Amino acid sequence: MSNILIPNPKEAESIHIIREVAAQFERPVLLFSGGKDSITLVRLAQKAFYPARIPFPLLHVDTDHNFPETIVFRDQLVEELGLELIVRKVQDSIDQGKVREEKGKYSSRNTLQTTTLLDAIEEFKFDACIGGARRDEEKARAKERIFSVRDDFGQWDEKNQRPELFDMLNGRIHQGQNVRVFPISNWTELDVWEYIKTENIRIPSLYFAHKREVFFRDGMIWTANEHVYREPHEEVLEETVRFRTVGDMTCTAAVLSTADTLDSVVEEIKSSTISERGARIDDKRSEAAMENRKKVGYF
Amino acid sequence: MSDNRKLIKIATAGSVDDGKSTLIGRLLYDTRSLTNDKLEAIERNSKQKGFDYLDFSLATDGLVAEREQGITIDVAHIYFSTENTNYIIADTPGHVEYTRNMVTGASTSQVAIILVDARKGVIEQTYRHFFINNLLRVNHVVVAINKMDLVDFDEDTYLKIKGDFEALIEKSNYNFEQVTFIPVSALKGDNIAGKSENMPWYLGNTLLDHLEVLEPQDLVENTAARFAVQYVIRPKTDKYHDFRGFSGKLQGGPLAVGDEVTVLPSFTKTSIKSIHFFDQTYEVAQPGSSVTITLENEVNVSRGDMLVKSTELPRSEKELSAILCQVNQTPLQVGSKLILQHGVNSVLAKVQSIEHLIQTDFSGEIPAERLQLNDIGKVNFKLSKPIHYDPYTENRDNGSFILIDEGSLDTVSVGFIQ
Repeated sequence: MSNILIPNPKEAESIHIIREVAAQFERPVLLFSGGKDSITLVRLAQKAFYPARIPFPLLHVDTDHNFPETIVFRDQLVEELGLELIVRKVQDSIDQGKVREEKGKYSSRNTLQTTTLLDAIEEFKFDACIGGARRDEEKARAKERIFSVRDDFGQWDEKNQRPELFDMLNGRIHQGQNVRVFPISNWTELDVWEYIKTENIRIPSLYFAHKREVFFRDGMIWTANEHVYREPHEEVLEETVRFRTVGDMTCTAAVLSTADTLDSVVEEIKSSTISERGARIDDKRSEAAMENRKKVGYF
Repeated sequence: MSDNRKLIKIATAGSVDDGKSTLIGRLLYDTRSLTNDKLEAIERNSKQKGFDYLDFSLATDGLVAEREQGITIDVAHIYFSTENTNYIIADTPGHVEYTRNMVTGASTSQVAIILVDARKGVIEQTYRHFFINNLLRVNHVVVAINKMDLVDFDEDTYLKIKGDFEALIEKSNYNFEQVTFIPVSALKGDNIAGKSENMPWYLGNTLLDHLEVLEPQDLVENTAARFAVQYVIRPKTDKYHDFRGFSGKLQGGPLAVGDEVTVLPSFTKTSIKSIHFFDQTYEVAQPGSSVTITLENEVNVSRGDMLVKSTELPRSEKELSAILCQVNQTPLQVGSKLILQHGVNSVLAKVQSIEHLIQTDFSGEIPAERLQLNDIGKVNFKLSKPIHYDPYTENRDNGSFILIDEGSLDTVSVGFIQ
């Protein structure tokens, strides 16, 4: 029997990056949101260290406005793979008076997550945070490095980034600095979906078509729920929808879809004419929305 | 993964206003890679600026500073795909002072697209762009002679530029088969994805068709297998009690179970017992695989060590000579002590002497005492321990290194070992 391993170049690159994190840092952590990108990261980390366990914990910054499906899924995954999970809540940051809840029509805890994340980094002395951001998601992310050095305030200095040459990663940092690591930088949305399909990776049911109480605003479909502000005239309807990207309920819009299998989801993505972050309410705030959030330490 | 599409990494180079961002925007547009919301944003922005055409450059210019100044100031990565191929473009700026970014983009690319403005022809900038691709040995170069619409799609203009560029190829290490010339108009879409009706005299492929038919041998060099150990895997579970696997990314050539290997730096000989990838084992791993290898004998192997076939030993030296490109403000001078990172291995390095600076316009060498940001020069080093390398001309991966400043911890130079 002569079986030959022919690599998938993007997968091999991501595994290389994840192993560099384990080798170069003392206290790495994988930022887990319950979305497809962080689920893909977990699979890649499994592959990187198999048959050993993943040598770092998962951190979930919980807004308490997550879809319940995400939380159930998260807990099952952690249990199944024997992973260590740390949860830190935005509610605690609010209770401690560190951040103030937004009010009104577009209120969300999305930007408040930053404070909770930075506090967790300090609490556990994490020196590397692995995230599932991809360069194809958004223009400002197209310039992000694979190893992105942040200062004590989590700030991203986009004009002063270390050049990354060949596949050599320089993770050396000073006390107080930390590095955000993006192993799937070079993947596209379609790459992720095709990978989930071929690897047969389990993902939350939110990604598949289901019936849901929603309302329409600004051409987007919002979840009707106690956590999402709704004007009296905004009528609640039941529609068959799915999510392309899963943040918390206040910042993720659904799309009308009947795709209820991985095959039909992949087909839908291939023929889609709206970009993934087109359904992210948090990016619509301004043309530079993502870049401004990144500068202050947002993921 | 069933994704059998080939992956092509492309670096672009062009001077300011050569239309590089427009060319990339056009490639995205013609391959239907721009989604409606992105297209609408481009239409909206173009209208706001008072353009009567779509400004595709807005598809790639990401940062606020760039949108304000209308220039690209860093490396941006752009993704698109066709039926058969996944593409990644590293969009690098063309200013004189940004050699650093061009070198960075070229270091991860197999194909370079150099833009030449048909009205200006081969200029000093073109020399520099080609020089860097030549230095970094990017496997294949496409010279896109752009803005043909502004010279009435004139064949003689194209031939003149092609002739001028061919004189440059003779000064380089490239052979003529590695360089392809295509007359295009990125703004109007001529010869990008669709064949130009305005240039019936051009019988070659469009830019996209040309990229599609590139073969793997045009893109990757076949060299000796080099396996640098990144991480030692010891599960310490009942089932895998004695498992000691060495993980890393295989480069250069394949490795197979049973291959006689030498572990560097100890020069211990052993052979490959098994090759693992996730929960499967394989007889052979192709280059580019991120695998875990176990060895027949109990040998001492740690991060930074290298496994090679015993018949294909690399060079092991404590002194070396390299062409360096300075990528940081901190100058490099004789006596400078730095961390030298070669793959995943690090040693200390001291600059013994600087031989000369190399002019990036093929005009030769000049003496120098230090290397400033964006300078390229030949430098001799003494190392604290030997590294196991191949000359850059034989192996891009195992012939390159980065230098890290011990104070700032920043990456300050990239080197190509001679």
